[in-house]
Amino acid sequence: MPDLTPAIPEIFLLTMACVVLVVDLFLKQEQRHLTFWLTQLTLVGLFLLTWNGMQTTTVTTFGGSFIRDSLADLLKLFTYVVTAAVLFYSRDYLKDRNLFKGEYPVLVLFSLLGMMVMISAGSFLTLYMGLELLSLSLYALVAFNRDSSEASEAAIKYFVLGAIASGMLLYGMSILYGLTGTLDLASVAERLAAAPEHGRVSILFGMVFILVGLAFKLGAVPFHMWMPDVYQGAPTSVTAFLGTAPKLAGFAMLIRLLVEGMDSQQASWGQIMMLLGVLSLAIGNIVAIAQTNIKRMLAYSTISHVGFIVLGVMIGSNEGYSSALFYTVIYALMSLGTFGILIVLSQKGFEAEHLDDMKGLNESHTWLAFLMLILMASMIGIPGTAGFIAKFWVLQALVESGHVALAVYAVLMSVIGAFYYLRIIKLMYVDKPEREASGRQAMDTGVVLSVNSLSMIALGLFPGILTATCLAVFAGG
Amino acid sequence: MTFVQFLFYFFAAIQVLAALRVVTVKNPVHAALFLVLTFVSAACMWILLEAEFLGLLLVLVYVGAVMVLFLFVVMMLDVNIAEMREGFASYMPVALVVAIIMVVEMGMVLTQRIFNVRPPVEKVADVSNTEAIGAVMYTDYVYPFEIAAVILLVAIIAAISLTLRRRPATKYQTPIEQIKVRRNDRVRLVSMKAEKKENGS
Repeated sequence: MPDLTPAIPEIFLLTMACVVLVVDLFLKQEQRHLTFWLTQLTLVGLFLLTWNGMQTTTVTTFGGSFIRDSLADLLKLFTYVVTAAVLFYSRDYLKDRNLFKGEYPVLVLFSLLGMMVMISAGSFLTLYMGLELLSLSLYALVAFNRDSSEASEAAIKYFVLGAIASGMLLYGMSILYGLTGTLDLASVAERLAAAPEHGRVSILFGMVFILVGLAFKLGAVPFHMWMPDVYQGAPTSVTAFLGTAPKLAGFAMLIRLLVEGMDSQQASWGQIMMLLGVLSLAIGNIVAIAQTNIKRMLAYSTISHVGFIVLGVMIGSNEGYSSALFYTVIYALMSLGTFGILIVLSQKGFEAEHLDDMKGLNESHTWLAFLMLILMASMIGIPGTAGFIAKFWVLQALVESGHVALAVYAVLMSVIGAFYYLRIIKLMYVDKPEREASGRQAMDTGVVLSVNSLSMIALGLFPGILTATCLAVFAGG
Repeated sequence: MTFVQFLFYFFAAIQVLAALRVVTVKNPVHAALFLVLTFVSAACMWILLEAEFLGLLLVLVYVGAVMVLFLFVVMMLDVNIAEMREGFASYMPVALVVAIIMVVEMGMVLTQRIFNVRPPVEKVADVSNTEAIGAVMYTDYVYPFEIAAVILLVAIIAAISLTLRRRPATKYQTPIEQIKVRRNDRVRLVSMKAEKKENGS
């Protein structure tokens, strides 16, 4: 009998997801908010369970296929927060579109379970299965508005490309399994480190496939093609989920596979990651300028942020990993707030997704415009915001590890990227509104949105606790 | 040549020929049936390699379930072969280039021996594959097993939520209502005067 204590949050979540699924069957449409609150209660319960079970030591169970360490706990806590906020934002949006159904929170909970499995994965097998659980739920969520042909198109694209990426990843894993004879990541690391010199080519062969799969899932150039279409086509509430929480799990996947599984091969994967990062920064920032659809623009913005994260991991030092972890968390929160504002501005029969929809926002919604201003400033990386600290830390780690040219390049690309964030600020504050003012939100949604956006300032001014935590996560291992 | 070797070449020849026929026959139903033959020969080869569990699974899952469904779909769809073959000649050069690259790459991998492939050890354990898998499936691998169960659950939820539609406007029959119906519900006798037959009608 394996020790089940470390996996209590996962077990709780699985049980509650099934409970929500069954309870929802007996509810009428006007009682549907009970499903919503039950889901939120589940997330609170998860948060408390994970928080109480936090330990400084690493615990493994299920024969090493489940790891609970401080990295897992930190990422899981942020995943809960992000998921809860996305559910708050989506509530009215879904009601307006007759999508407020029980399956939505259930699928979100199951994808959360998939993310948690990924974050805690200790073997190739569990990592892959967690990824599939996450992806399957996300495909269904993207297609959730089944009357929209755009959403169906996005879902098909996402499904086909996601399946190819999973295949690539699985192929790489199977090659490494063939070379090492084990699925357990810790044992894989040991055997790869002990591999003879002439075996390098075969390891590289398997590793490239894994990296391609990872880059697909994270959305790094040149494997980013699915992102703009999926971001644009999916319902905005799903895009908000898709673009935030899975990135946290994706970061965990990156660390588990590359750092914990293939640490000895850092010299090889570092070069590939460098290329991915350089390309992502360029394509992400430059192509975003040409976009007129905000969701599409944010997809390219995501690509450029992924470039920063990839560069942070590429360094191959604890400093680099910590800075990338910090960047991922901040990115998830920033992106969450931005999509939250888009969701709130969308009304029945109207989707706020064009740049023109932001015109004169200051006149109709002064507070929302101010929150958006903070988020955009944080995306640019203006001092005083969390985005600045995140960018600064990655750049500092790059310079310290001797990659000065890369750091200069990243700054240049960020300056190019500043254009399209500033354009939104200009549209909001300088231009006149073109259409009737719309956008109302429930009290609780407004509070969550405000806290979310203002946290960018709070974390920008007082980053100490989070940076210390990020450092501690990697200092131990 | 030992008997096992003879069997290997026998099944390999059938497999290659059947695979070739899958892409060359004109009738899609025949192609699907040849694919079944390919799978069965592959299963036989796996059993020769002492992977009897995988071999049986291939027959059960692919031949028994997937290919039958496939055949149904092929039979139900009205596929126009001539239309599908349009543009075959124009795609041919690209396909040839891709095929040649793949053959060269596979040749390189096989001749370079970078993978250091050794033949599998015969009868490494005294138990069969099935028994060995059964011993670890619910013990060492219980966690991935449970996740697989959850993935199936999600597949069900996703499939139902994406396809189940309740259309209030749709007209459908309720047998219970039909049975309960009485004459008075359907037929109304109206008393009216007899009319005269008009001329010419």
